[in-house]
Amino acid sequence: METLTIQGSPKTPTVEMDAKSGVIEIKGRSIPENSIDFYKPIVEWLDEYASSPSGETTVNIKLEYFNTSSSKCILDVFKKLELVYKKSGEKGVVINWFYEEDDEDMLEAGEDYQSILKIPFKMIELEE
Amino acid sequence: MTFDIEAWYGEINKGDVIVNHKGVITNDLITEILSIVENKLIERKENTRIRKKIYNVMVEALQNLFHHTDKLPNETNDNFGEKFVTFVLKKEKEDKFSYISGNYILKSRVKFLKDRIDQIKYLTHEELQLLYKLILNNNEFSDKGGGGLGLVDIAKRTGNNFEYFFHENKKDHCFFCLKILITN
Repeated sequence: METLTIQGSPKTPTVEMDAKSGVIEIKGRSIPENSIDFYKPIVEWLDEYASSPSGETTVNIKLEYFNTSSSKCILDVFKKLELVYKKSGEKGVVINWFYEEDDEDMLEAGEDYQSILKIPFKMIELEE
Repeated sequence: MTFDIEAWYGEINKGDVIVNHKGVITNDLITEILSIVENKLIERKENTRIRKKIYNVMVEALQNLFHHTDKLPNETNDNFGEKFVTFVLKKEKEDKFSYISGNYILKSRVKFLKDRIDQIKYLTHEELQLLYKLILNNNEFSDKGGGGLGLVDIAKRTGNNFEYFFHENKKDHCFFCLKILITN
């Protein structure tokens, strides 16, 4: 399965999804007007990945800003990862949710996802 | 009496204005405005917490303006053009900013918008959080690509600090004014 790489832009994040290592990273800003178009290839990649995932999947979400339209698409991404989690067991998927020091809104956003999903989150504070 | 947009715009521009606009709104304009806001707040050495809050509110508010401003019929377009909006971001005092916008909406949509704002306006932070999660998880997208979360998100981040007015302006349109207070 091919690695998915998307270069970041002022309104969209950098994405790196490596099936071999099981490392998935989304970082930067996600504030496009049409987030469905942007997240489509990511969700499709995860559909394929979920059929034969790596033994361990590490997901790093390092978002500085995201708009509400993206927030729904990010939930879709997590729901695909939930399938991987169900398949590969408790230690199979780790979601690292990074937030900058004092960014309580970003921490709360991570906690919102955590409460909706049955998948463990690790909240990691980044020092400025 | 017709609402005087020019006079209102002059009034809201009084004070310590960081960014303002009166004219057509496009995706490119939103990108440009967000970059100006970010740079100016850094230049002014505003603290990171308030900078992020302002940026987040501006993203949602401007994208709402872009998606939900109704066009005026061509014959009444006068000098305003299509998708005409006005907005101002200014500093009121230390760690207190206001974002004020005005845009046309069809009279037929006023009740829906008014009900939606009133529904959100009196919710506590905990209730807003619950509503946010409910809408987040409802798998619905509007035909404009929005998720119906913009106003809830703004309310959550600002502690419901907003007020609004609908002014009679054109035959089929009202001019919708929204003021959001952003504090640390």
